[in-house]
Amino acid sequence: MQNFGFQKPRDLAAAVAAAKKAPEGKYLGGGQSLLPVMKLGLAAPSELIALSGLAELKGVRVEGKELVIGAGTTHAEVAASAEVKKAIPALADLAGHIGDPQVRNRGTLGGSLAHDDPSADYPAAVLALGATVVTDRRRIAADAFFQGMFQTALAPDEVITAVRFPLPEKAAYAKFPHPASKFALVGVFVARGAGGVRVAVTGAGPSVHRSAPLEKALAARFAPEALAGVAVPAGGLQNDPFGSAEYRAHLVAVMARRAVAACG
Amino acid sequence: MAQDGIGAAMKRKEDLRFLTGKGTYVDDINRPGQAWAAFVRSPHAHARIVAVRTEAARKAPGVVAVLTGADLAADKVGILPAGWLIHSKDGSPMVEPGHPALVADKVRHVGDQVAVVVAETRDQAREAAGLVEVEYQELAAAVTVTQAVAPGAPLVHDQAKANTCYDWHLGDKAATDAAFAKAAKVVTLDLVNNRLIPNAMEPRAAIGEFDRATGDLTLWTTSQNPHLIRLLLAAFTLGVPEHKLRVVAPDVGGGFGSKIFHYAEDFTVLWAARKIGRPVKWTNTRSEAFQSDAHGRDHVTHVELALDKDGKFLGLRERTLANMGAYLSQFAPSVPTYLHSTLLAGCYTTPAIYAEVRAVFTNTVPVDAYRGAGRPEASYLLERIVDVAAREMGIDRVEIRRRNFIQPSQFPYQTPVALQYDSGDYGATLDEALKRSDWAGFEKRRAEARGRGKLRGIGISTYVEACGIAPSAVVGALGGRVGLWESAHVRVHPTGTVTLFTGTHSHGQSHETTFAQLIAEKLGIPFDNVEVVHGDTAKSAFAMGTYGSRSLAVGGSAIVQAVDKIVAKGRKIAAHLLEAGEGDVEFRDGKFTVKGTDRSKSFGEVALTAYIPHNYPAGLEPGLEEGAVYDPKNFTFPAGCHVCEVEVDPDTGTVQVVGFTAVDDVGIVINPMIVEGQVHGGVTQGIGQALLEEALYDDTSGQLLSGSFLGYNMPRAADVPSFRVGTKVTACTHNPLGVKGVGEVGAIGSPPAVINAVCDAIGVRHLDMPATPERVWRALRTARKA
Ligand SMILES: Cc1cc2nc3c(=O)[nH]c(=O)nc-3n(C[C@H](O)[C@H](O)[C@H](O)COP(=O)(O)OP(=O)(O)OC[C@H]3O[C@@H](n4cnc5c(N)ncnc54)[C@H](O)[C@@H]3O)c2cc1C
Repeated sequence: MQNFGFQKPRDLAAAVAAAKKAPEGKYLGGGQSLLPVMKLGLAAPSELIALSGLAELKGVRVEGKELVIGAGTTHAEVAASAEVKKAIPALADLAGHIGDPQVRNRGTLGGSLAHDDPSADYPAAVLALGATVVTDRRRIAADAFFQGMFQTALAPDEVITAVRFPLPEKAAYAKFPHPASKFALVGVFVARGAGGVRVAVTGAGPSVHRSAPLEKALAARFAPEALAGVAVPAGGLQNDPFGSAEYRAHLVAVMARRAVAACG
Repeated sequence: MAQDGIGAAMKRKEDLRFLTGKGTYVDDINRPGQAWAAFVRSPHAHARIVAVRTEAARKAPGVVAVLTGADLAADKVGILPAGWLIHSKDGSPMVEPGHPALVADKVRHVGDQVAVVVAETRDQAREAAGLVEVEYQELAAAVTVTQAVAPGAPLVHDQAKANTCYDWHLGDKAATDAAFAKAAKVVTLDLVNNRLIPNAMEPRAAIGEFDRATGDLTLWTTSQNPHLIRLLLAAFTLGVPEHKLRVVAPDVGGGFGSKIFHYAEDFTVLWAARKIGRPVKWTNTRSEAFQSDAHGRDHVTHVELALDKDGKFLGLRERTLANMGAYLSQFAPSVPTYLHSTLLAGCYTTPAIYAEVRAVFTNTVPVDAYRGAGRPEASYLLERIVDVAAREMGIDRVEIRRRNFIQPSQFPYQTPVALQYDSGDYGATLDEALKRSDWAGFEKRRAEARGRGKLRGIGISTYVEACGIAPSAVVGALGGRVGLWESAHVRVHPTGTVTLFTGTHSHGQSHETTFAQLIAEKLGIPFDNVEVVHGDTAKSAFAMGTYGSRSLAVGGSAIVQAVDKIVAKGRKIAAHLLEAGEGDVEFRDGKFTVKGTDRSKSFGEVALTAYIPHNYPAGLEPGLEEGAVYDPKNFTFPAGCHVCEVEVDPDTGTVQVVGFTAVDDVGIVINPMIVEGQVHGGVTQGIGQALLEEALYDDTSGQLLSGSFLGYNMPRAADVPSFRVGTKVTACTHNPLGVKGVGEVGAIGSPPAVINAVCDAIGVRHLDMPATPERVWRALRTARKA
């Protein structure tokens, strides 16, 4: 790992100002994605700007018909939160199955979304629930936020401050973990709410995406049986020794069925 | 039995140290003035080195030296030797290309060492290593054994035609052909024994130090056998006087075989330390460990079994391609030959066996002994084909095994593949395992699982293995270049406490506890009065170290011999003090007693007298310290029965091990808790091999795809069930303790039990390891279509 500078600003404005001054710098959330990448020499930021001191990124609350989670909230906090469990239990459940306890106690919602690992779990929830990503300067709809493998709509010095999740009628997440890494080899988040039925798939493809055939079948009838015979195309899915595209496509259908069944 | 002697489940002496972070591993050691080494490793599987430019690295901050293959060649040092010579069928010796610690001509696997940078700090060394510019001319690579033996394959070493190291055989071909000719049924199977990466928790590390004033050299290294490393450094790689070299292996955090070998890095830090006149330290990174620790297994095998109409085995044939990797690691040649095909009789009376093994060089990390070393490959092919035979002949899986078992009355039993088994009772371990696993009640559990949408299967393996390697003369006749005896020195202190110096070394086996129990029992002294010293060539006498489950069977036997000498001398002293004839004095429970009287002297009194010899037998030397070496009379033959139960999710192909029973005969048990722990670890690794682990190479580029834990699936707690573990004892007949060895049985017996269970669950004939979800899903889909 290369040497780097370290700062821990006290408020959001100071953090953004620091980032503007350090074009080779990076924000540091829980470090659970950034630090491994730095250790492997794949990133060498000049400066780490820690977000852990920012009050603006904290807190979990329900505001009207939305659940608002601060971007600095750790996976463990989301998993244990009474508000989350009540408002969107599927989200608490998802957070509780990310990585291991060490990862969950450090890693944050904002970090996961900004990193946008194609096998990460949170992006599936954000996309399926039609959430809004709130930053220091604007609001970004989930459909516009994820732009491909490790690619988001964020500007380099933009900070995610919170995510606003509309409360769904029904939602569930089913994950088939990668045998070794335990990230999602395939993860499917299904939700039914004001925006209709939305199905987001992570792990299977080069980035999180919505599945049109599954959404169509579930819009007609929101039940596991509705998915019988629905083919998920393998084209464009990841194809590697840990899961062929064909197998991943099959798993998308299986996980979707399980998620719908879990919706009750 | 003493309360803390043989048979007691004593808590481990080493645990207070390990569990409170007080262990001392090589990386914990820092020497005054030390510099750090970092290696420049090949990013290519096969490439000619056109130029190595070191100027930029030399100018980098903190750099002390940059050494390359050219420096090594100039010094005429650093060629790592093979420790075992195998002859081919035609009598020719194996092809033995040396393994240079730093290569100058061409790189032969991703991770091959090209240069070393020595700098003031670890980070500076690593940074500067990145500045060494190596110009490569890439060559096509031979990655798999099948590729390597194909006509026109790229040659890893020019002198190894068709990449063949040797083409060896064992057994009676004519008798085996005759057996097949008269068979009522012949069953064949093609299988792969998947390549594994050991991944000891502690990465390898080494510190080399040279004292100009005395000429003394010291190497601290993560080794299972420091004496062997010293011998190889002195006699082969560095060419220094053996008495001026000390090799210390302090606490070692796991090895599983991968820390037996003399690695390039051991040599290099010592060589560099002598050149620069400062201690040089190196600690592997996990990523480098994947590319530089010897891998294990990697066989591609065709096996055939001939049976009569009743399912009696008549003959067995094996044809195997064994991957050696890019160079011969020390014991690699012996693993697929004398540690493998010699086990092909298994627990069975198969009268004719013929094995052909071709060892092949490929552009991959060298392959060598890994927990079980050759025997897991044997038990796997055997226990798989026995299951397939049962299936194809419509004979019950348990019954076919029973029909072919060597019976207790047949010991000693001479197999057709060189080994002579001394003892065993295969029916007893089988019966116990069937009982403990509730084999009879399985169909009920299968039906219940079906109701939950799960496919449940049960599998069995009845294995035998050979450990306690081995009579030196036998090993020599088979091509081993070492003796395989063990040493022990028992030093009784004036107050009667004891220090044991043993040539074996512990890297997780709890020797400090087991050996102390052994001595406590034999001398009738408290367990806490015994200290075990190992891992330092300056302390223990020369011996061969720890691998092949040999430490108790061979090292323990040496301890018994030394203790017997202590008792014999003590008896002389006691007889003198008691004014009795030596023949009238017996030693029991820590006391020398005149037979039939209550007149006695305690062990402590005798020890004190030995050191304060005022009233002492004439002509007897003072002091109470004895050494012994033990050269085993035979291998030992642990055996047992493993039963595995799995549930398969038919939608995803996921296999969950829901039950595992291991009943092993490891001979006399010194500490049942430690035996159980060894079985737990071995079975976990066996489940890892069967379901999870695989070193995956890209077969064009030779890149290691599973080069980190993101891709290499090590077993975790959730992957294994709560084990049912038991033992049945038949004593080894030829060593003084009657012990056999337990280090490897778990990894040897379990993989076939797991795969047999998976095949049973999904109703297929065979499935290669690891039975990953996708592989199982595909097999299910094919079975459904059929
Ligand atoms: C062993 C292990 C297992 C894991 N398993 C899983 C798993 O099963 N599923 C899964 O989804 N993930 C998994 N992860 C990843 C984990 O969830 C990470 O915590 C998460 O991806 C990143 O969050 P972080 O807070 O640690 O971000 P960091 O690592 O600190 O940062 C990641 C990136 O986001 C940027 N960033 C951080 N916070 C913000 C912000 N508020 N605004 C803008 N940019 C920001 C950083 O600059 C950086 O580029 C695993 C990680 C490890 C180490």
